[in-house]
Parts: sequence; C-alpha cells; structure tokens
Amino acid sequence: MFNLERWKEIFQSIQKNKLRTVLSGLTVSLGILIFIILFGLGEGLKNSYSDLFLNEANNVIYIYPGKTTKPYAGFKTNRIIELKNEDVDAINEEFSSTIEYLNPRLFVSEPITYGLESYTFEISAVSPSNQLIEKHVLMKGRYINEKDLFEKNKVTTIGRLVARDIFKGEDPIGKFINIGSRAFKVVGVFQDISGDTEENKLIIPYTTRQQILKGTDVIGTIAFTFDQSIGGSGAVKLSNDVKSLLKKRKSISPSDPSGIRIRNVADEIDRSLQFANALQIIITFVGIGTLIAGVIGISNIMVFIVKERTKELGIRKALGAQPSEIIKMIISESIFITTLSGFFGMGIGIIILNSLDSGTLQDYFITRAGVDFGIAFFATIILIVFGVIAGYIPAKRAASIKPIEALSDE
Amino acid sequence: MIEINKLHKSYEMGSSSLHVLKGIDFKVEAGELVAIMGSSGSGKSTLLNILGMLDISDQGTYDLDDIRIADMDEKKAANYRNRFLGFVFQSFNLINYKSALENVALPLYYQGIARKERQKTALNYLDKVGLKDWSLHLPSELSGGQKQRVAIARALAANPKVLLADEPTGALDSATSREVMALIQKINNEGKTILVVTHENDIANMCKRIVHLKDGVIVEDKKIKQNIIKDV
Repeated sequence: MFNLERWKEIFQSIQKNKLRTVLSGLTVSLGILIFIILFGLGEGLKNSYSDLFLNEANNVIYIYPGKTTKPYAGFKTNRIIELKNEDVDAINEEFSSTIEYLNPRLFVSEPITYGLESYTFEISAVSPSNQLIEKHVLMKGRYINEKDLFEKNKVTTIGRLVARDIFKGEDPIGKFINIGSRAFKVVGVFQDISGDTEENKLIIPYTTRQQILKGTDVIGTIAFTFDQSIGGSGAVKLSNDVKSLLKKRKSISPSDPSGIRIRNVADEIDRSLQFANALQIIITFVGIGTLIAGVIGISNIMVFIVKERTKELGIRKALGAQPSEIIKMIISESIFITTLSGFFGMGIGIIILNSLDSGTLQDYFITRAGVDFGIAFFATIILIVFGVIAGYIPAKRAASIKPIEALSDE
Repeated sequence: MIEINKLHKSYEMGSSSLHVLKGIDFKVEAGELVAIMGSSGSGKSTLLNILGMLDISDQGTYDLDDIRIADMDEKKAANYRNRFLGFVFQSFNLINYKSALENVALPLYYQGIARKERQKTALNYLDKVGLKDWSLHLPSELSGGQKQRVAIARALAANPKVLLADEPTGALDSATSREVMALIQKINNEGKTILVVTHENDIANMCKRIVHLKDGVIVEDKKIKQNIIKDV
C-alpha cells in the first residue's frame, strides 16, 4: 500500500497548490478547534456542578418534622409534629438492613462562654454517627462516643475554627467551655474539607441535651445514611417508606404534603447533575454540528478540487494512469491534508483550553475546562474519515470519467 | 499496425442522437505518417479518440498491433494507452504545476519506472526535441512551440507504437507549425507510426498519406509525395 513514488507525486501536488491545500486544511482545523473548545467548556460546566456536591455524603436522607395541613384521625390541622426517641428506634428496627448510620439531631441555641469571653457558634446535639455522615476528620482527641451518649456526659468535640477562636493556640483538650449555664469538657477537635460552616460547630451528645431540657425525649431532625447498593430508585423508595412509617406513627394524613418532610441528597445531586448533563448534551450537539459543518466544508472543497483538476486527471489518464491510481492519489492527498490539519486543529484547541484563565472562567461557572484526549482524538478521526469519504465520491467520479471528456473540460 | 472495420459512433444529444462515424474502414502500416483531414464535424477527432482509446466505438472492430481493442476495462485500457499510444493535443495539455522534465517523465511514472531512470529517459527525449536546457521550466514559462515540443517528448517518452496528434499545430503560428511538423517528420523517419488530424492542407501535405473524412465516412484515401521540411 505504501508507495514512495506516489507520495512524492502527492507532496508535489500539495506543495504546488498551496491555496487549495490551505483552504481544505483550514476547514478541518477550524471544525476540530471549535468542537474541542465547546466540548471543553461544557466539561468545565459539568465539573462545577460535580464540585458543588463533592464533599457531602451523597447517600444521606434528612427527615424534618413540620406542621400538618390536613385534619386526620380526629386531629385538627396545623398540628406541630415532633419526632421522639421512640421514632428513631422504630426506624432503626424497621429498616435495619438498609440503613447504615442513624443520627438524631437537636439544634441548640445557647450562649457559649470561655473565661470572660462569650461566643456565638452553632451547636449540634447529635449521636456519634454524625462524624461519619458529615465526614468530620479528627485532628486531636476523640469524637463524642456511645459511652457519652449512654451516660449523658457533658463533653464536646469542637470544629477547627471554634478551637482557633476560643483557645487561640492553647491546647483545648481537657478544657471546659460553658454552653448555656453548663460546663462541657472539650474532648476533641475536628476539621471538615467541605468548609467553614461545619468547622464552626460544637458537637455534643443529643442525650445530654435532652437531659438538660428536663429529660425530654423530643428530637429535632433525623439524618441517616443508607447502603449505596440499593441505588437511586432504592433510595427514593426508602425515603418514601420512612415517610409513611412516620406518618402512620404520628397519625398524619397520607396525602398531607407537610407534616413530615424528607430531603434526599442523592436525589438532589442527581437532579443537578442531570441539568449539567443536559447542558453538556446540548453543547455536544453544537459541537457535532460544527463537525458536520466541517465535513460539509471538506466535501465542498473536495468537489471543487476534483472539478478543478478534471483536466489534469484526464491528462494523467491519457498518459496511462489507471482509475485506481487516480482515486488513490486524490484520497491520499485528502487523508494527508485532513490528518495533518485535523491534529493541528486539535492541538491548538487543547492549547487554547489549557491557557484559558481559570479565574475568569470561574466567574462563568466553568471549572477545569478541558477535553478528554480520547474524545478529541476520536472527533479528529471522525473528521478525517468523513474527509476521506467526501474525497472518495468525487474522486471515483473523476476516475471513471472518459479521458476525452476530461480533456475537453476547459 | 492499425486496422479498423465498419466503425460506427453516435453521440446522444439529449433526445436526438448524432451519428458521427458511419462505417469507417481504415488500415495503417507500421512507419506511416498519415494525415486525417476534414472540416469540423466530419468526425476526424472522434476517429482519433477512438484510435487513441480515449473514447469507445458503438460498432465495428479495432485492432492495434494485432490486438483486438474491445470490451476492455479501464485498467487494461490505461495500460494499453500507456504502452502503445502517445498523444499530442492541440492545447498541449501539459500539467501546469510540473516542470517540462516532470511532464515528460509522467508516462514513465505510470509504467512504474524508478525516479532516477525516469528523469534520465525524460531528459533524453527533451534533448531530442531540443529543449534540454528548458527541462526545469514550468509550462507557463515556455512558448507555444516549446510547449508542443514538450508534449511531443512526453508522447514519445513511453516509446509507444503509434503517435496520435490532434491538430498539433492548431494553436501555433505558421513558422512554429513548421518547426513542430519538422520534428514529427524526423520522428517518423526514425520509424514511428504517426497519425495527424488536421484541417490545414499545407500540414497534411507534410505527411505521406492523406485520409479525407466527410460526414462520418472516408471520401478519399491517397498516398502523396511528402513535402519535406528542410529549412529549420
């Protein structure tokens, strides 16, 4: 297949016909260039969405009690629903096979004082599983544990920023902080990569909080994680099942949209990523459009080139060129030009994408704009293949034209 | 060398058809220099194209060097054209981006001859037509007469059995025409069979035989006393 003489012939033809070479090359380069840039920016948009949810466990379901909006089973509307310890136990029992960690939570609003200074931080009264659900990483000491929960110990694990603000370099472990009027012993410090909000929290056992509130068994909200293997639809079913169970226990109308509300993080991420995916599909379509425009461009140029060369091809045939020789010549030229300019366009596209200022792009919600090399390569190959097909059709026609017709073509 | 029998050719012109050749019988021996004459529309170019395997006949037979030229696929036809026939056209038909040498070497490329050898042979033929010093020039840098001499060198390069010239002097002034015809006579004297299509009497008289075509039939076929060009 490889024939040095033919390639010499082809290089001469390419060299001596620069305008035509540049023209067809430019079309291919431009098509690939635009495709890669569009695709890269689309990828960047998607990355931004993914990053938003990167640091949250995505198999968490939150349960919030609310107010009823419908009368049911003898109860009036606007009844305030409260979750209790027994509800937690019931959920735990009913769904033990799919629930990984269950975390009853109370939000505490109390002034915090250390020495003479007072501070305002968010306080979460939770169970030890909070660490796993929120992905808290211990820096020092320990997290609140089951023993604390059982003994209702006045201990607290504090966020990194809390430690920094209150203790200012002092070792916080073993020190006592006043939460409300009660002293809590600091047993550990944690950090959280998702950011400042979590690191500005104090974590205390929820049972301790309930005891302080005169032995109440009311809890605020429940968060739990489930076994990932049940999948997206399994998660939806699970949240619905939990909801029905609680509605039954609390005598809430099954059709009441309020009363018990469920927030499924996975579902939210899915929906947002779906949006990002849809965006990328649109962008990909536009990109494919440019590719098609490129292909049409090459086809036109190939038709033009072959038309322009009809006479030359006629001369070649009169001198004894076989039809296959003519086709090979045109196709080889077209492969050579499209390959070279295709990869040139691809290279330029990738360079442009990489050199785009990431700060400016961030303003347009684009993170790490870039294109997978495989996709770039694939798109380039597609364009080359279509360039060749586009060249083949007029080449075949030109090769089958009678030499005399080609020669009389002025 | 050439033998044709009852050759017919029509062209479809939309709905009507134009009967151009109406049964031509014609024979050429090796070493002849034949002028095919006729006014425009007489069918002389069509005949030459069929002889040159650039076109195909509807009916009749054509034998070239005892080989029946019929039902050939393009590949075989290309091969025969390359080895048996050399063409000279009125409009020269040189490839404009190739130098004189490369143009002459092109038929040898299609014979699969290596580059060095091609160039050597091509230069030989350019020398023969007196254009050795112009070998690296592009056609656009040559005069009409020079272009036609390059075309003749190219037609000879593959050492064909028959040289077919279609109005070789049609685009040239009379002085240049004489030069080109002198070259054709010289090549003929070296033994090459040559057919020249022309409508000019003085060109025809420089050949050894004149075949007169009118309305698709041969009306006259005579050997003549050749007008030999000496003063070039």
